[in-house]
Amino acid sequence: MDRITKDLLEQVAGLHDIPTGAYNIRKDGQLYGRNVSANIDIVTKTDKPGIDIIIKDNTVNESVHIPVIIAQSGLKEAVYNDFIIGENCDVTIIAGCGIHNGGKEASEHSGIHSFDIGKNSKVKYVEKHYGQGEGTGERIMNPKTHIVLKEGAYMEMDTVQIEGIDSTLRETSAKLADDARLVIKEKIMTHDKQYAETNFSVDLDGVNCSADLVSRSVAKNESKQIFKSEINGNNICHGHSECDAIIMDNASVKALPALTANNLDASLIHEAAIGKIAGEQLIKLMTLGLSEEEAEKEIVAGFLK
Amino acid sequence: MLELKNISYEVSDENDNKEILKNISLSIDERFVAITGPNGGGKSTLAKLIAGIIKPTTGKIFLDGKDITDMSITERAQNGISFAFQQPVRFKGITVKDLITYAVGHPISTTEACSYLSEVGLCAKDYINRELNASLSGGEAKRIEIAMTMARGTALSIFDEPEAGIDLWSFQSLIKVFEMMHEKAGGSIIIISHQERILNIADKIIVLANGELVNMGGKDEILPSLLTDGPGCSVLMDKMKEVRNG
Ligand SMILES: Nc1ncnc2c1ncn2[C@@H]1O[C@H](COP(=O)(O)OP(=O)(O)OP(=O)(O)O)[C@@H](O)[C@H]1O
Ligand SMILES: [Mg+2]
Repeated sequence: MDRITKDLLEQVAGLHDIPTGAYNIRKDGQLYGRNVSANIDIVTKTDKPGIDIIIKDNTVNESVHIPVIIAQSGLKEAVYNDFIIGENCDVTIIAGCGIHNGGKEASEHSGIHSFDIGKNSKVKYVEKHYGQGEGTGERIMNPKTHIVLKEGAYMEMDTVQIEGIDSTLRETSAKLADDARLVIKEKIMTHDKQYAETNFSVDLDGVNCSADLVSRSVAKNESKQIFKSEINGNNICHGHSECDAIIMDNASVKALPALTANNLDASLIHEAAIGKIAGEQLIKLMTLGLSEEEAEKEIVAGFLK
Repeated sequence: MLELKNISYEVSDENDNKEILKNISLSIDERFVAITGPNGGGKSTLAKLIAGIIKPTTGKIFLDGKDITDMSITERAQNGISFAFQQPVRFKGITVKDLITYAVGHPISTTEACSYLSEVGLCAKDYINRELNASLSGGEAKRIEIAMTMARGTALSIFDEPEAGIDLWSFQSLIKVFEMMHEKAGGSIIIISHQERILNIADKIIVLANGELVNMGGKDEILPSLLTDGPGCSVLMDKMKEVRNG
């Protein structure tokens, strides 16, 4: 494995080497490595780029890694990954995309994911986006995720984009059946002239289903972020979304929450807080001996932890 | 030794200037020095001036003979001044251990970090990895604030109403913390307080009212006047009169 591949795999999937269990590594538009297990099958799509990940009923304590690496400058791809997860599973899925752009042309990855999560299954989905490279070419990622949660299913989605992505539009939609629960934790940091837009749309269709969407972000320099969230309460349900952003320098952050209650017993809440680092937090750390720059760094790092 | 020379602090709003501290001169060299006086008297403002959070309008501040008036908060902290706030600051994502580590100034073991929490009567394992965020109660945050100040181990520490909100923890334990800190680091501990039991351990008491230094001296001299119808109350009477006269 060459150094760039190794580095990107470590950044996006926390992998030091080829993972154990099921995995599918895609590099520069090609299959780089795959392993399936007795319960987890990975099949290449025949009609378009991408894979189907099929997880049998009752699969517990297993994980799937599906990292994507782009090291070739100027590569543009759209990849379709469909997860079909059976009933009563408990699995962890680690996705993520790393772009190393050493050239002048834009590299672009659009990961289009769908999740069909069976009754009473529990899925933890971790997704990390990372960019690097000395080239002037833009690093662009436009992930699209659609989630269907059957009765009693649970999904936690942790999505992180801390560094190096110049432009991103992330769209996530979900439909929840009875007693299903969705938790999304998003962390974003943008700097220089980067742009990041997040678009959540959740339909709370089932009785007693619930969703919790939490976004924490830091916008530095001239970067721009837009956070849109739409929660539709169509039954007795709980919906909560939260956008908590720190702006620095000349950055801008816009939050556009939308809540729609179509049922008398839908309880929906949105919280948004956008502002600079609290002066008293800086002052407290400075009284402990940190310089203003060190204090700022610690506050941002803690916020995005 | 800390010396304030002719310190005044003014703030200006649209219509006029408000003098919050008026020509304060004092020196602090004793082990425990208490600052007391009515609400709004200027105690916290004085503490912020010493820590460098605000700068005096006029006057100079000296630490061990060195003029620190123009030093930043960070420089003063590095020169041995610590300040436990009246209102502890809350963070997001920063843990109690992180904060104690910043206070100590170098990486420390969890055991060492825990030892500071135990000193302030907190069961360390419950708190060490917790975020110092809005979910902590007022008393818990206050104790952690004290633990951080203790962890710094500087020769000058200022506590702004350390006893407020920690009713269940005995005064005796708080006083033990001060004694231990002094044993380790020497120097002076300034305690802003309204509590007689805290004033009782002071080697020197400073009374601030309405931005003025109205009284200063040993506790035997000052305490009786604060507790009876002595000069302490006349201060209040003057203040009330002022309020009435607008
Ligand atoms: N930036 C400011 N602008 C206007 N007024 C201020 C400012 N800072 C402090 N003050 C006023 O100065 C006075 C002194 O405030 P300070 O906080 O020092 O009082 P204190 O003695 O600590 O009171 P307490 O016992 O209630 O804590 C108060 O009347 C306060 O409202
Ligand atoms: Mg005060």
